[in-house]
Amino acid sequence: MTIITRRKLISSAAIGAGSLLSGCDALNRSPAFQDMLASAETANFTVQRALGDRMELASEYDLVDLSPKFRANGTRDPGTADYAASAAQGFANWRLRFTGLFAKPQQFSLAALQSLPQRTQITRHDCVEGWSAIGQWTGVPLKILLDLAQLKSSAKFLVFHCADRLGGRPYYESIDLIDGFHPQTMLAHRLNGEPLPIENGAPLRLRVERQLGYKQAKYVTGIEAVASLAGIGEGKGGYWQDVANYEWYAGI
Amino acid sequence: MPTRKRHRLTTRLWHWINALCLVVLLMSGLTIFNAHPRLYWGEYGANDDYAWMAVGSSERMGYLRLGELRLETTGFLGNWQDSQGRTQTWAFPGWATIPSSYSLADGRRWHFFFAWIFSFGLGFFMLRSLWNRHIFRDLHMRRKEWRPSHLWRSFRNHMSLRAIRHSVGEDYNSIQKLSYIGVIFVLLPLMIFTGLTMSPAMDANWPILTNLFGGRQSARSLHFIAAFLLVLFFLIHMVMVLLSGPFRQIGAMISGGERKEPSR
Repeated sequence: MTIITRRKLISSAAIGAGSLLSGCDALNRSPAFQDMLASAETANFTVQRALGDRMELASEYDLVDLSPKFRANGTRDPGTADYAASAAQGFANWRLRFTGLFAKPQQFSLAALQSLPQRTQITRHDCVEGWSAIGQWTGVPLKILLDLAQLKSSAKFLVFHCADRLGGRPYYESIDLIDGFHPQTMLAHRLNGEPLPIENGAPLRLRVERQLGYKQAKYVTGIEAVASLAGIGEGKGGYWQDVANYEWYAGI
Repeated sequence: MPTRKRHRLTTRLWHWINALCLVVLLMSGLTIFNAHPRLYWGEYGANDDYAWMAVGSSERMGYLRLGELRLETTGFLGNWQDSQGRTQTWAFPGWATIPSSYSLADGRRWHFFFAWIFSFGLGFFMLRSLWNRHIFRDLHMRRKEWRPSHLWRSFRNHMSLRAIRHSVGEDYNSIQKLSYIGVIFVLLPLMIFTGLTMSPAMDANWPILTNLFGGRQSARSLHFIAAFLLVLFFLIHMVMVLLSGPFRQIGAMISGGERKEPSR
């Protein structure tokens, strides 16, 4: 008797596991359930911002800690004729345009950026996929540029426009002003002491060290200050947020 | 003292909430693992670095590599058939992941939402069990229980069906206490803290975490190892429930059950 009931128990557990799985897929397709799951992003954002000083630095490392090879991911070459032409002349004609809510919207050439005060930091790049690479970045702290272009008080977010396209859409990312003014946030033009390689985002890539890799926009052509992300792309604040359910806040 | 139920309401509530959370966290965690099925020691680790554990896949076969040991896992890991009979080359198969077809973004959403419920549940259960003396009365190892002879007898009793059946409703034996303490106070908190260590924002907030676990990639490896120790605990837990009378045992974890007076 007990053997039969036990067998029944096991088989019903197996059926239960099977329906649990298809149930999970059904829940995963439900917009209301997705909204509930997504509420964890708000919790992560609020708690992670509250746990430390807003300007707390990400860990910095020594030269001996560098990854032997800094892995590239996402776009490895924008592949357009314009980009190739610019790369051929060492990005001499590259411009970083400041648009939107700035009192002094302006543009910088690579040489102009390099003549500003620089910062070098060795940090760990954490990809959303799970891997990490340690690299040495040199660039202009974003704060210096925001001050030069005079960010207006109505601005809430900084949108980074990029030269690369993925699946036919332009790549973009955005951060808020706390990350924008963070001392480690920069537009980097050197990696490990060399000019930034094309696969890593030449000539300019964003470093926002307290977030995951997909926030570190490559091939940056412009910074737009906005009061709301609603009018940019599909309004979710970034390429991966628009095309899939990736979180705008990528602190974890 | 009024007669005590075998399991207090807090224990029962937490047990089932925690069980649900752990299943979802494991399966959504496997989705996240599938994004990069390689594990490293240290702070960094990517495709060009040495992985102590990796799942390899191709259209022809799947394999698991542990150090220098390579085991073919076609059909199970790295190369398997989905429900439509198509060959898939993700590491863990669809029946083991949430969602069942690969989506890192969705897997992360499930993982973080249930991680919050799991963490609050564990914290609440720990505080409540400290307060109502569940920890001291039922889980605390007395001095004599640490004796090797005592531990050995407790272990041998787990090999005897009669002893397992007889023990239902009694105070926990020392092997039981050790496994519950190990899970509640070591493995489950380890899951939370190694998980947090992987967060770049937590690295800035609590840099001690990376130092504690020897780097982000070490923490990721430990997160994975601890998860599989929890799976091992779950399997033994299931065997013990099945051997000791599953209906009575599950019923007791729902309604509370009756406590037997100690036989000795």
